[in-house]
Amino acid sequence: MTEQLDAGVVARQIKEGDLLGGPGGGREVGRARRRKEDARLVTGRTQWTDNIQLPGMLYVAFLRSPMAHARITRVDTSAARTQPGVVAVYSGQDFAAEQGSLPCAWPVSEDIVIPDHPPMAVTEVRYVGEAVACVVATDRYKAADALDAIEIDYEPLDAVTDMTAALDEGSPKVHEAGNKAFTWKFAQGDIDAAFRDAAVVIDRTYVQQRLIPSAMEPRAVVAQTDGDSFTLHSATQIPHVLRVMLALTTGIPEHKLRVIAPDVGGGFGSKLQVTAEEVLCLLITRRLGKPVKWTESRSEGNLTVHHGRDQLQRISVAADADGRIRGVKVDLLADMGAYLMLVTPGVPLLGAFMYSGIYKMDAYDFTCTGVFTTKMPTDAYRGAGRPEATFAIERAVDELAAELGMDPIELRRRNWIRHSEFPYTTICGLTYDSGNYEAATDRALALFGYDKLRAEQADRRERDDPVQLGIGVSTYTEMCGLAPSRVLGSLAYGAGGWEHAGVRVLPTGKVEVVTGTSPHGQGHETAWSQIVADALGVPFEDVAVIHGDTSSSHKGMDTYGSRSLVVGGVAVVQACEKVKENAKQVAAHLLEASPDDIEFSRGEFRVRGTGASRTIQEIALATFAAHNLPDGFEPRLDADATFDPDNFSFPHGTHLCAVEVDTETGATKIRSYVAVDDVGSVVNPLIVEGQVHGGIAQGIAQALFEEAVHDADGNLLTTTMADYLLPSAADLPDYTTDRTETPATTNPLGVKGVGEAGTIASTPAVVNAIVDALRPRGVQDVAMPCTPERVWRVLDQAGTAPRAGAQTTEGGPA
Amino acid sequence: MIPASFDYVRPSSLDEALETLHDQGEEAKVLAGGQSLLPLLRLRLAYPGTLVDLGRVEELRGVADRGDHVLIGAMTTHYDVVTSPIVREHCPLVALATATVADPAVRHRGTLGGSLAHADPAGDLPAVARALDMEFVARSAGGERVIPAADFFLDYLETALDPGEILTGIRVPKLGPGWGFHYEKFHRTAQAWAIVGVAAAVRRSNGAIEEARVALTNMGATPVRATGVEESVRGAELGANGALRAAASRADEDTEPPADLHARPDYRRHLARVLTHRALLAAAGTG
Amino acid sequence: MPRISVTVDGIRYDEEVEPRLLLVHLLRDRLGKTGTPIGCDTSNCGACTVLLDGRSVKSCSVLAVQADGGDVVTIEGLATGGTWHPMQKAFHEEHALQCGYCTPGMIMAAIDLLHDDPDPSEEAVREGLEGNLCRCTGYCTIVRAVRRGAREMSQEMPREGMATP
Repeated sequence: MTEQLDAGVVARQIKEGDLLGGPGGGREVGRARRRKEDARLVTGRTQWTDNIQLPGMLYVAFLRSPMAHARITRVDTSAARTQPGVVAVYSGQDFAAEQGSLPCAWPVSEDIVIPDHPPMAVTEVRYVGEAVACVVATDRYKAADALDAIEIDYEPLDAVTDMTAALDEGSPKVHEAGNKAFTWKFAQGDIDAAFRDAAVVIDRTYVQQRLIPSAMEPRAVVAQTDGDSFTLHSATQIPHVLRVMLALTTGIPEHKLRVIAPDVGGGFGSKLQVTAEEVLCLLITRRLGKPVKWTESRSEGNLTVHHGRDQLQRISVAADADGRIRGVKVDLLADMGAYLMLVTPGVPLLGAFMYSGIYKMDAYDFTCTGVFTTKMPTDAYRGAGRPEATFAIERAVDELAAELGMDPIELRRRNWIRHSEFPYTTICGLTYDSGNYEAATDRALALFGYDKLRAEQADRRERDDPVQLGIGVSTYTEMCGLAPSRVLGSLAYGAGGWEHAGVRVLPTGKVEVVTGTSPHGQGHETAWSQIVADALGVPFEDVAVIHGDTSSSHKGMDTYGSRSLVVGGVAVVQACEKVKENAKQVAAHLLEASPDDIEFSRGEFRVRGTGASRTIQEIALATFAAHNLPDGFEPRLDADATFDPDNFSFPHGTHLCAVEVDTETGATKIRSYVAVDDVGSVVNPLIVEGQVHGGIAQGIAQALFEEAVHDADGNLLTTTMADYLLPSAADLPDYTTDRTETPATTNPLGVKGVGEAGTIASTPAVVNAIVDALRPRGVQDVAMPCTPERVWRVLDQAGTAPRAGAQTTEGGPA
Repeated sequence: MIPASFDYVRPSSLDEALETLHDQGEEAKVLAGGQSLLPLLRLRLAYPGTLVDLGRVEELRGVADRGDHVLIGAMTTHYDVVTSPIVREHCPLVALATATVADPAVRHRGTLGGSLAHADPAGDLPAVARALDMEFVARSAGGERVIPAADFFLDYLETALDPGEILTGIRVPKLGPGWGFHYEKFHRTAQAWAIVGVAAAVRRSNGAIEEARVALTNMGATPVRATGVEESVRGAELGANGALRAAASRADEDTEPPADLHARPDYRRHLARVLTHRALLAAAGTG
Repeated sequence: MPRISVTVDGIRYDEEVEPRLLLVHLLRDRLGKTGTPIGCDTSNCGACTVLLDGRSVKSCSVLAVQADGGDVVTIEGLATGGTWHPMQKAFHEEHALQCGYCTPGMIMAAIDLLHDDPDPSEEAVREGLEGNLCRCTGYCTIVRAVRRGAREMSQEMPREGMATP
């Protein structure tokens, strides 16, 4: 049997509920298990990379370019070398011969320009924050001090900060070859026919502002060598991918390089990267033979952790008078920043297939142009491409509803794929396996009290209340479970999308699971334990999960793109199936029966129709002893599996947001937020809820608070958390969440992935709500983040902002 | 993240502190609670030669009722100010505004004197000092002098304190009965600095405003007293539609609001007017 | 270099420190108390929150010399004899952490919050934690955890013994 067929069997078994785990007999999958990870995290016994102290360890600090674009004309490190505690000072010239170029694994098109990307700038800097020199010293304080003594002269070159202007003929160039990185096109159906004679055409331009991912743990790297091989600890999401890429970049043979992701404090895509600092720390430890550590400060990180989003989206929607959508046209400019990093050019492509959202249509046309600017490169940030696509289509659908004078929910109903139509192949060529948009929407409307809020909205409009109520709708779907390797290949990505798992049964019957996923907050230790407990009938407590170290979990594709459970979790299920198959052989032998007569239930192998049985623990011990095994049987129960999905998964849901907009100050307050998500079957509802909550918060943050701002010279102005505003508990509402459950049919667990759903859904829900509140005052859009000042300016320009308190009586909003 | 080197002195009395400050000259910087200074040091935006830590000068801490005014020691923490029964009874505006400063952990360390001497116009307390006509008691080797709030804030992060001088205490005049207070702070997130803030004190009598004091946060290089509003609002009847609003519309007179990441000047002017109206209403309602 | 004496989680340490040494670096780099992490350089994130003489402070914004003679409690000092503090339990029970990086500071700030308000409303918790940033949870479960911890603390222990060591 193929792995696929095996998996199908497991799926049915789990759904039928006959895989019961633990002595209590209850199923583990579906239980709100408290997390195993928490014990170390709530007591401070964590191992963050910066915690690591090694004998003789030296500390690295980087000097960074203060200019967005300049030629390096002189470097003098002599004074820095004489500072106390300084062991070495290096500039780009010192590494030029060996540092290679930071990799881009996604050459999306034939015409793509992939510029050389030296980890440390040698002759030219192209963004503020680019490393230009470094100090290695005996402690972090001395390393920081010596940076002040390095002298570098720059000859300024023109900054390129605006994507549109960057494509002008006469624009200064970021790279010799020009500012266009690539053009990528995709089209289905007859787009001209769709727009020709359309009753309504909506044509809008939306700005996806640049964001700073801001994982709470700043990046850190510890590199060491024993003279032969190298070990790199890094706060990374991708130890496995990183190892391959670092081997290729530095020339250190892959088998001589071990990469460890210890406890990692969040990533959201920002730690899905091969960074300059990782490469340089390896090179430094190779030179000095000593362990070295580098830990970034937050202000350094705001400059040099890759940024997210930064796209200019032009979207056109053609529809009939009854609201039926005929076609969608998208023309995208995507700011690459100064270089193409690991998946920089691929991010907009991950959205390219999602602009049709949950809707049926006849034609679709997509063009994306990647543009170089003199800014920090962009790359994956929670949702990567899909939040942008969802934002544009969900905003445009609301605009279409307004244009037609139709309720936005009703317009969606007329266009979405009905439950009875699944599986459904969209205009973008994706086959959505399952979904129930009706159910999720109905549930959300009920929880939200939609009609009552609409009535209040009408009343406030009627009264011309200075505080207006707006309702925002977002009916999203996304593609998760990155990814079928063949699809990635067709999109020119440099690797596959499979995932690996190994399951080892120890002599005492305890189980170790080795996973190629690399959790950094997601709770895989808990969820994988639940899966294994059900699959093998062992107690939840008897399972340990090993991850994040290329020497112990040797094979993997790591964690991003809501892939861990959908791909990695399925690999765990498949490995368990193989373990059971092995155990069944032993059980049959010990029970003197045919393997065909052995049934497995709740950790026991039983001869059908008799009372004779052996527990999996007994079989484990017998296999360890190996005294009495079937002829030719290898004494092991352990098994590996590698799962390569043949489709993506498609979570969906309906998010509704009510905002109160104070038209006097422009301030927006979220009054209520309802999210009903369908992420398929659920392994741990507690973890799912947490992912949804956190995702919603990040999406709201894009809508209301966050923006990386540069001045005309390309200087980042939001270098600290005092300027780049992350919301605190006091700035966010409580969320009402619920789920509908339409199992995925493309994997045996029926799961769809949940890591990015909230972020994808919530941004358009919030902005739609704000625009809905202000629409009667002539407002069609508010650029993100919808700050009070922006809202006020939009009203001011529409001529409808009240003068100070103009519509307030003295008893007004105080 | 890492401050540059400095010397450190920790006097245990005011006299010792003054002596040290005198000896060290221009290179010395007073360390109060450190909640503004330490971030500046960590970002290497300040390079003091010597820090004179007043943390152990006990005589600079505490709140005392001095009859016509309340004396708050410069080293009294925000937390102690907010929870002081004397402050809450006699100068509630100080407690109200101080409770909005930064966050609880910062308020445990940060001090009233430190905040005022830092003289950040985006800070909440300088405007309160202007609204209430606080007096600043400063000591130097040469003796003590008292600086009215109107003369204390000279420019952005610049005060009338001389290099050898230490702010020892702040006198907050008691306004007496009939006054209501409000601090209206407008910021983008709970932690963010005020884009604009309005400190208002209002005395009501017979359904009208007899007297008001209004000062603005972050509407210029120093905290600004909105004298135009104070003039216009005098005698305004509370029920009458438009009187307070008309007065509040003068809030941005004679201001030079800054342009920064969080707001441009015209928006700050607009906010000053709207928020002043709200602050007056709230203060009148609580009187 | 100044000599200081600081008690951390019940153990007295005598150290020579540079005046500029931050309390958080004393804890992490010198004393091996790595349970307290660093998340920013502007006092905004609160990850490094500890109790100093019973009250919450951001240990990145206190010099080690300022803590001389002081009593510091970190996340590592909360559990007694292997039994978690009720607030640690509450964070676990309510799934109030994901990556866990903000958790030490969040728990210390939460314990401090209850010092003045032993039964805080949702709003009071949200405002009381305004100086602690979390990027994973969206805060709802943290708010639930703090209120749960508050309830359990009021049941389990006498008021005096609760927030301070």
